[in-house]
Amino acid sequence: MSTHFFSDMGVMVGRSMRHISRSLDTIITVTITPIALLLLFVYVFGGAIKTGADNYVNYLMPGILLIAIASGISYTAYRLFLDKSKGIFERFHSMPIARSTVLWGHVLTSLVSNALSVVIIILVALIMGFRSSAGVLSWLAVAGILVLFTLALTWIAAIAGLSAKSVDGVSAFSYPLIFLPFISSAFVPTKSMPSVVRAFAENQPVTSIVESIRALLANQPVGNEIWIALAWCAGIMLVAYFFAMKVYKARV
Amino acid sequence: MENHSIQVKGLQKSYKNLHVVKGVDFEVEKGSIFALLGSNGAGKTTIVRILSTLLKPDSGSASVNSYDVVSDPENVRGSISLTGQFAAVDEILTGRENLIMIARLHHLKQPRQVADDLLQRFGLSEAADRRASTYSGGMRRRLDIAMSLIGKPEIIFLDEPTTGLDPEARIEVWKIVNELADSGTTVFLTTQYLEEAEQLADKIAILHEGRIIASGTLQELKKLFPPAKVEYVEKQPSLEEIFLTIINKKEEKAI
Repeated sequence: MSTHFFSDMGVMVGRSMRHISRSLDTIITVTITPIALLLLFVYVFGGAIKTGADNYVNYLMPGILLIAIASGISYTAYRLFLDKSKGIFERFHSMPIARSTVLWGHVLTSLVSNALSVVIIILVALIMGFRSSAGVLSWLAVAGILVLFTLALTWIAAIAGLSAKSVDGVSAFSYPLIFLPFISSAFVPTKSMPSVVRAFAENQPVTSIVESIRALLANQPVGNEIWIALAWCAGIMLVAYFFAMKVYKARV
Repeated sequence: MENHSIQVKGLQKSYKNLHVVKGVDFEVEKGSIFALLGSNGAGKTTIVRILSTLLKPDSGSASVNSYDVVSDPENVRGSISLTGQFAAVDEILTGRENLIMIARLHHLKQPRQVADDLLQRFGLSEAADRRASTYSGGMRRRLDIAMSLIGKPEIIFLDEPTTGLDPEARIEVWKIVNELADSGTTVFLTTQYLEEAEQLADKIAILHEGRIIASGTLQELKKLFPPAKVEYVEKQPSLEEIFLTIINKKEEKAI
């Protein structure tokens, strides 16, 4: 059975790619909100926000990318829900194939579609004056963090998609995730926040991820922040993976 | 060589406190059509899910193509195909792509050729390159069954294959099922329609509240009832017959 893992995976990836290329509207939907936030914060609120950075688009960029990914994974949950409720999982599972490829196909779809939205948003930001002095290695590090972040959220999405009873239930879970960057250093420095909010903001995962990406993009030393960020991503991913597999085995 | 495709003994399954299958025994002969007849909630789908290795039984034994469903699920999956209650087609893909995808998963040498043949056989050639989401219920079901035939499974499970289909599509499915059995495939079918079991099945088992309360050929089941009285009644056409006649007339005119 495992001898077929790669050819089965190839079929699932082919399926995923078709799903992405035929539902580009979902990628556009995902990018609209982050781009709107980008415009709003840069051209409306930005002037009144004192970040200490001379370029507010640069300051904003990491948080916007995280918001894009957080809204992108709601489609991952949606696609999983559809496969579960339409009997596609049953068909695949009653066939002599490597079963795990069914779920990994979805994970890969999630990675590719989120990568596409991230690239689109970066292009828009470039037009708005986003500049980075980061070298290839720093960009690779940024990509790595974003991939890990996407994987972590994808497994959360898998829990939601596989356990949801209705389509409405599927998308609701991503709202808090989209909101989390607002209470972090993504839009404004945490210094201006009241102490309780500040304590939360500084110790929740988004801040460390945002700070690491921001430092990498500005070609600044990342310090310890990046390890905290990676620990958060890996930790969330492992816990979510564990529960997602539990739900997967129970429901599918 | 065993003459039975499926053997089930003392099969039981509960979901938490709900005892769904309460000790079921039956055997299905090779190359026959076996109908499991029962109303909603009788436990039909649970039995299909156990036989197709999607669910483990609590007790009892079940073997498919002489492989045990619990200890040898890989070989069972290699012998069967499942057509579930809802047409499990990928709606974003075209009909052709759906078939090619399944053929690839069976590691067949010429997936395109396999797809073309099936599209032809199931009258889907014209719609082959349209997305499955644009298909009618009947077309979707035909595609679904076509996908199940890939890899030439020895045993096919059809879980309520005609539920939700219009009369014409239902008759098409019946034709397909008969052709399958003629070619030597064992067909295990569940249905809640008495007429369907009567039309198709070599052997019928009636499942009621998790138990098989009667089984046998149609003739044997008829014997369970008092002999038929002879009455002369004017034969009125059923609404279905009227509907089909009108539709056919229309189609003839159109041609």
